[in-house]
Amino acid sequence: MTAELSPALYLIIGGLLTPLIRGRVLRALWMLGLPVVAFIAVWHLPEGALHPVSIFGLKLEILRVDRLSRMFAYVFLLAAFLAGIFSLHLRSALEPSAALVYGGAAIGAVFCGDLISLFVFWELTAVASVFLVWSTGTARAFHAGMRYLIAQVGSGVLLLAGLLVHWNATGSVAFGHLGLEAPGGVLILLAFGIKCAFPLLHNWLQDAYPEATPTGTVVLSAFTTKLAVYALARAYAGTEILVGIGALMTAFPIFYAVIENDLRRVLAYSLNNQLGFMVVGVGIGTELSLNGTAAHAFTHILYKALLFMSMGAVLHRVGTTRGTDLGGLYKSMPWTTGFCIVGAASISAFPLFSGFVSKSMILSAAAHEGHYLTWGVLLFASAGVFHHSGIKIPFFAFFAHDSGRRPREAPFNMLLAMGLAAFLCVGIGVWPQGLYALLPYPTDFVPYTDSHVLSQVQLLVFSALAFTVLMRTGLYPPEMRAINLDTEWFYRRLGKGLVLAGSELVGHVYWLALSRARRRVVRAIGSIYRHHGPQGLLARDWPSGSMVLWVSIMLGAYLVFYLIG
Amino acid sequence: MERRHWLDRKENVTKVARGLYLLCGVLVLLDLFIHRHAVVGVDGWFAFYALYGFVGSVGLVMTAKLLRLWLKRPEDYYDR
Repeated sequence: MTAELSPALYLIIGGLLTPLIRGRVLRALWMLGLPVVAFIAVWHLPEGALHPVSIFGLKLEILRVDRLSRMFAYVFLLAAFLAGIFSLHLRSALEPSAALVYGGAAIGAVFCGDLISLFVFWELTAVASVFLVWSTGTARAFHAGMRYLIAQVGSGVLLLAGLLVHWNATGSVAFGHLGLEAPGGVLILLAFGIKCAFPLLHNWLQDAYPEATPTGTVVLSAFTTKLAVYALARAYAGTEILVGIGALMTAFPIFYAVIENDLRRVLAYSLNNQLGFMVVGVGIGTELSLNGTAAHAFTHILYKALLFMSMGAVLHRVGTTRGTDLGGLYKSMPWTTGFCIVGAASISAFPLFSGFVSKSMILSAAAHEGHYLTWGVLLFASAGVFHHSGIKIPFFAFFAHDSGRRPREAPFNMLLAMGLAAFLCVGIGVWPQGLYALLPYPTDFVPYTDSHVLSQVQLLVFSALAFTVLMRTGLYPPEMRAINLDTEWFYRRLGKGLVLAGSELVGHVYWLALSRARRRVVRAIGSIYRHHGPQGLLARDWPSGSMVLWVSIMLGAYLVFYLIG
Repeated sequence: MERRHWLDRKENVTKVARGLYLLCGVLVLLDLFIHRHAVVGVDGWFAFYALYGFVGSVGLVMTAKLLRLWLKRPEDYYDR
């Protein structure tokens, strides 16, 4: 029976039922049990297209199992489990419920073998996840959620358009390799590109994620964008343009990350930068690079969740994650500080931490395939990641100038979730073979060579040196209570301005037309009034005497005519 | 009175910084002893990664600082 059910349904149906589960212990067991059950179900799934169905001549495959989909399903379930622990303190059932449905939808999408089922799950991730933003409960979060929803649903609409074009031209809706040449290929790439936060299509991410609840951002960071990476790896492996797009993605967000004040927004920019590495891996399209993309997605979900958890814990205790308002928190939140540093070391790809064993595959692939410029950009971005995620996040939150705040240490469930994530980050870094065994292609990649390790340590330590020198000489740009313009300006400012100006113009024209029409109506009523009103010629009272007179005149005239005739 | 932490003392922060400088020196010297398997070409040069990391990071921060002149807006910019 389990083989017939998509493991996604455990989370989706279970998530919808979550509000009905009363009692904290029972609900905790429910929230954590669902991912475990689904994990076992995925474990036992045989490979291949299971139970394809034909509807109206369309071949739908809700469950296509191979190494790539299974690996993403595992890490999604791991993320759902960790996020579940992290949100155990919540009283409301809305967030855990939305998180489970959202995670389930992402897993459902990963197992889809056809574009129509993909579209359904794709949209479900959008609709379920927006509640994590709205749960913050402020007008600001509501508006950010709306913008997020528009971007996500828009991506789904493009996917639908692309799949219809593709179906019309080829008669197939199979979700396999497409490439740009396939009919509808460009539309579908754009759909994936929005969800993957390609440059210029990226700003929904930095807009919405930092507005979500402390727990919501942890969940959000795991699924949507990595689902997009999975979809790209499935359909666009070896598409050359992705190498350039990915390289750009690794580089430009880090400039923003350096000057951004809200530390959760810094993490959103660095998330964007990490996606760039994965996109480059997809674009190169060799077995090594695709393995690198899958491995990096796996490690990234864990360390990014860990980093967002640590900032979530800070937000939960302090009420803000603005760099200007933080500092010195290590004194009262030492465990959170430690876990944050593990996450920071992992994203920076320090040897013995998870990022190192995955990112080096992509860098090696870029160098070996002759993408030297891309390699240089990735190396620059690697140094940059250490700068803004590795140093800036822990430094400004927990060290730097002492803000005088002494919040309590994070709640136990948060510490447990962070501890488990940190354990996995170090575990994968120390023993990468476990991760490599899950990869879509067999690999004999060896991350720990003298040369590799020394290169990476030199790169990172000298990046730290740059930070230290700039800090001690006062050249480092200080944290400021300010925001920085990004592409959202085009729709939040320019677009809004155009709409406002447009509506003013329409209002003006409408008012002009209306006043003219009113004048005409008034004139028409006036003329009717003149002729038919109380004083009007046609409405005057005629005395009966004059009527008798006229009748006698007419009769007389008749008599005269009669006599003559 | 809260207890003073080790990092609260200025001289200890200096110690950390000195430790880092020393580590940098050691790492560059290690380049003399460890054979590099160069793929791109430049990656085989002496202290390439160290220089690249330092120059890249300084460039990143300084460029970002310049960008701020152009991109920085008040926090309530979009609410107005």
